[in-house]
Amino acid sequence: MRRFLSFRDFDWTLLGFVLILSIISILEIYSATMHTKFVGFHKMQMLWLLGGLGAMFVFSVIDYHRLLEFIHWIYGFCIVSLIAVLAVGTKVLGARRWIKLPGGIHFQPSEWVKLVLIVAIARYFWGLSGRELTWKDIFKAMALVGVPMLLVLKQPDLGTALTYSPVLLVGLFLGGIDWKKAGIIILVGLLAVGVIWKSGKVLKPYQKARLTSFMNPDDDPKGSGYQIRQSLIAVGDGGVFGRGATKGTQTQGDFLPIPYTDFIFAAFCEEHGFIGASIVLLLYFLILMRLIQNAQTAADLPGTLIVMGVVAVLIFQIAVNIGMVIGLMPVTGIPLPLMSYGGSSVLFTFLALGMVMNVRMNRFVN
Amino acid sequence: MLNREEKLPGFKLTVIQYVIVAILLILVFGLWRLQVVGAENYHALAEANRIRKVPILAPRGKLFDREGRLLVDNYPSISCYLVREQGHDYMADLPMIARGLNMTVDQIVAILKKYQLAPKYQPLPLKQDITPDEHEFIEAHRDEFPELETVEEQRRLYPKDGFAAHLIGYVGEVSEDMLNDPKYAYYEPGDVVGRSGVEQSYDAMLRGQDGSQDVIVDSHGREVGKLGTEHAVPGKSLKLTIDIDIQRAAENALGDRNGAIIAMDPHSGEVLAMVSRPVFDPNAFAVRIGRDEWNKLVTDPEHPLLNKAIQAQLAPGSTFKIIMAAAGLEEGVAQDLKVHCSGGVSLFGTYQKCWVHGGHGEVNIDKGIYQSCDVFFYTLAAKLGIERIAKWAHAFGIGSKTGIDLPNEVSGTMPSAEWKMRLFHQKWYPGEVTSVGIGQGAVTATPVQMARALSGIASGGALKRPHVIFPDELPADYRKAMYDTFPGSGDKVVPIDPASWETITDAMAQVMQPGYGTDPSAHLEGIDFAGKTGSAQTMSNALAARLGHAHSVKDNAWFVGFAPRRNPDIVVCILFEAGEHGKLAGRLAARVIAAYVNKQRRLENNLIAKTPNKVDVGAIWDNPSQPKIFGGKQVVKPQGDQAEMWGGHFYLTMPPVKTSTLATAMVGGN
Repeated sequence: MRRFLSFRDFDWTLLGFVLILSIISILEIYSATMHTKFVGFHKMQMLWLLGGLGAMFVFSVIDYHRLLEFIHWIYGFCIVSLIAVLAVGTKVLGARRWIKLPGGIHFQPSEWVKLVLIVAIARYFWGLSGRELTWKDIFKAMALVGVPMLLVLKQPDLGTALTYSPVLLVGLFLGGIDWKKAGIIILVGLLAVGVIWKSGKVLKPYQKARLTSFMNPDDDPKGSGYQIRQSLIAVGDGGVFGRGATKGTQTQGDFLPIPYTDFIFAAFCEEHGFIGASIVLLLYFLILMRLIQNAQTAADLPGTLIVMGVVAVLIFQIAVNIGMVIGLMPVTGIPLPLMSYGGSSVLFTFLALGMVMNVRMNRFVN
Repeated sequence: MLNREEKLPGFKLTVIQYVIVAILLILVFGLWRLQVVGAENYHALAEANRIRKVPILAPRGKLFDREGRLLVDNYPSISCYLVREQGHDYMADLPMIARGLNMTVDQIVAILKKYQLAPKYQPLPLKQDITPDEHEFIEAHRDEFPELETVEEQRRLYPKDGFAAHLIGYVGEVSEDMLNDPKYAYYEPGDVVGRSGVEQSYDAMLRGQDGSQDVIVDSHGREVGKLGTEHAVPGKSLKLTIDIDIQRAAENALGDRNGAIIAMDPHSGEVLAMVSRPVFDPNAFAVRIGRDEWNKLVTDPEHPLLNKAIQAQLAPGSTFKIIMAAAGLEEGVAQDLKVHCSGGVSLFGTYQKCWVHGGHGEVNIDKGIYQSCDVFFYTLAAKLGIERIAKWAHAFGIGSKTGIDLPNEVSGTMPSAEWKMRLFHQKWYPGEVTSVGIGQGAVTATPVQMARALSGIASGGALKRPHVIFPDELPADYRKAMYDTFPGSGDKVVPIDPASWETITDAMAQVMQPGYGTDPSAHLEGIDFAGKTGSAQTMSNALAARLGHAHSVKDNAWFVGFAPRRNPDIVVCILFEAGEHGKLAGRLAARVIAAYVNKQRRLENNLIAKTPNKVDVGAIWDNPSQPKIFGGKQVVKPQGDQAEMWGGHFYLTMPPVKTSTLATAMVGGN
């Protein structure tokens, strides 16, 4: 089946952009944690990064068609692991998101589900290819994503649950939904959001407060508006050129909440200003465009769908995280890919890239 | 099975590309808005976040007595705070902490409860003004109890046992009322200000100017660096006119009797001593008084917070007869007035009793004063009429404030026809004048008014504004402002014929002469001591009889005395509440006068050594039964100039007194 696979076809350009961002991330984590008890996290991040790179190379030689074949089993295992989290997971800060594995490693299944969903959606729409989507097809796709989404929402982890939705949206869009059905889904979706918000059953009050406080952060500057307020101050304090590495007063004075994970972009903005922030956004642009180019050159539909699933998750996380940092989006606790500290996030990103690499290396197959 | 050749129309991917570009452009726009347009604003907010103005409290000015001996000092006081944001389970430490700080766990839990709504980063005041032992405990357990934090502040240290407490006053947190008063615009919430006595009236001089320091803090308020400092300007120290020796004599004389003593130099109006009973401990206020303790002080029927020397307005009784005598002589009525006292007299249709049951026999002005014959003064009052009495009483300052530089002086009452109409819309009945003649009826006066009036008469009519701070200590404009703040009769001369002046003072000297006057027990051998007793009813005889407790309501004993008899150097007014007879007050005055005269003689004869020594007058934590432990070791008190203050101990610098038998043998006076 496979003819010839060579690392000459590996997307070194893409990897270059990714590594530049990763280095920026490590430097910023160093700066943001230097005066806190999290000092040294940048070294941890380097280890995660090396692990991620290794995993990416391993993944890149696994033919994605093999993944597509076994995705039913993997998907089933994911659902089981999410249920296991709810049953026996470790509770941290009121939420059950982690499973403690032997050896003391904490494992967060909801991160991996993203990857599985990307492949599962690709497999699903590949199977439907060629015909117009019926309502039944659409509901099946929604259930495919909706089941793990509800389980994660139950943890509760609103942020991660939301990152599953772009996979579905891109799948529907590329899978051939017609405009009429899309319009109806959008309308019903908006209505559902309104009902859920009003009913107060699905979302906990603190989640609601976080979601709305970004609009008026000054209403409750010590409470729910605190994080967003401090973040805005940090970003604005940076100005055009920034306060300089390790010199951001918001970042160093511990005013900015968790400046090495969710709010790392605010810390970076304070220390490197508008120019630095624009460079990071440019890097994201280049990475995303390079990914889409790989999607275009993919050998087949599932290849394209896998790459575009990765693109969808990445742009969603970038938009929501940076939007949150600059006050355009609510606080949802979604990390910034390639910037935020965290093993699960790094591994997801690099495994996703590994799949993309494999799609690229397989582009001349057939 | 599955078609691997299937491909997508390219335009859908292009759409996604444009969506991504749009999203990124929105993000760039958002960044532009914050970092380019709003940079200045957010930069200011960031600075406000990290820079905290920490006030540097100006130490209040010290208070000294007229000889420069320290009366009120500041001491560095350490307060203990509980910091909850230490990631430490402080609840588990509570029993140990409570033991180390000499508190109970319940007390600490009560504090935690009280502040449970306070933000986590705010330290909670566990205990104010901790002792050296408790400080030692905190320092020794820094690692075990990182949640304990100490803060040093300057606190007021007052003499023990309420020595001169009413005169000095106390400090406290500025009240809501004061903050709303435009007069005190310079006060800010939380300021410690004088709330009574000299502390209040001279607050503007004593308080100084607080400074501040810009400190760089992190989000937990932890200090991570320092910026500029604006230094505090310490408050001005003030020298009081009080003489500690005379004050001490007055404190001892009054003991625990209710009442007041004021001793004054009639030449200048300088107050030498001022005592009021019952007393309170101003140190309790300096450390922050508890609500219960405060309520107890405020609701106490004996009014311990009241400075009775200037705030008790009571019938002056027979001491008022001196003012009557001056009025009678100046109006030319009393010189030749002779009455026969048979124990009472019928005037205006009612029979009025004299205090001596059998009567005084033939009485003229001299005997009227030294025997305090009521019949003589009933008659004199009837002859003078209320208008002429009121004119002279007003001239001597009865019914108006003296203008002493202490807060909340009261004016007392001098009745007159106009006064009665204004207040009661009633006509004055001539028969009411007789009770006025013996200082009863509607007449009320404060001890400071009586001291000023009677010593003024003894000084040929020169009345002075009483004061407790030397006027030359104050800048001219401040002095004027003080006079405007405390308006009153002030300095003034009431011309008195030397003949009447001599008659009155000679008769007052007779009061203490055995065999003549009402108060021979206050006689001071070798001291030219003149005075007048008073036993003032607190309600009229008729009312007391009707209420049926004529014997349960005791008379107030008054005494105003001075030495020497003419142009006196010291006047002492005693109010001994429920003292029954003026002569009992006279004995107390004699002790103060004797202390003064003896001191003057020792000074004249150079019997007081030049080098002062320090006398321990007590401490806040002083407990003589327990030796002082500091740092685990029993410590010998430092001597001499080594320390004005040691561990909250408080020393007065006292001149050593050489004992001498000469003092009592000296011939004094004129």
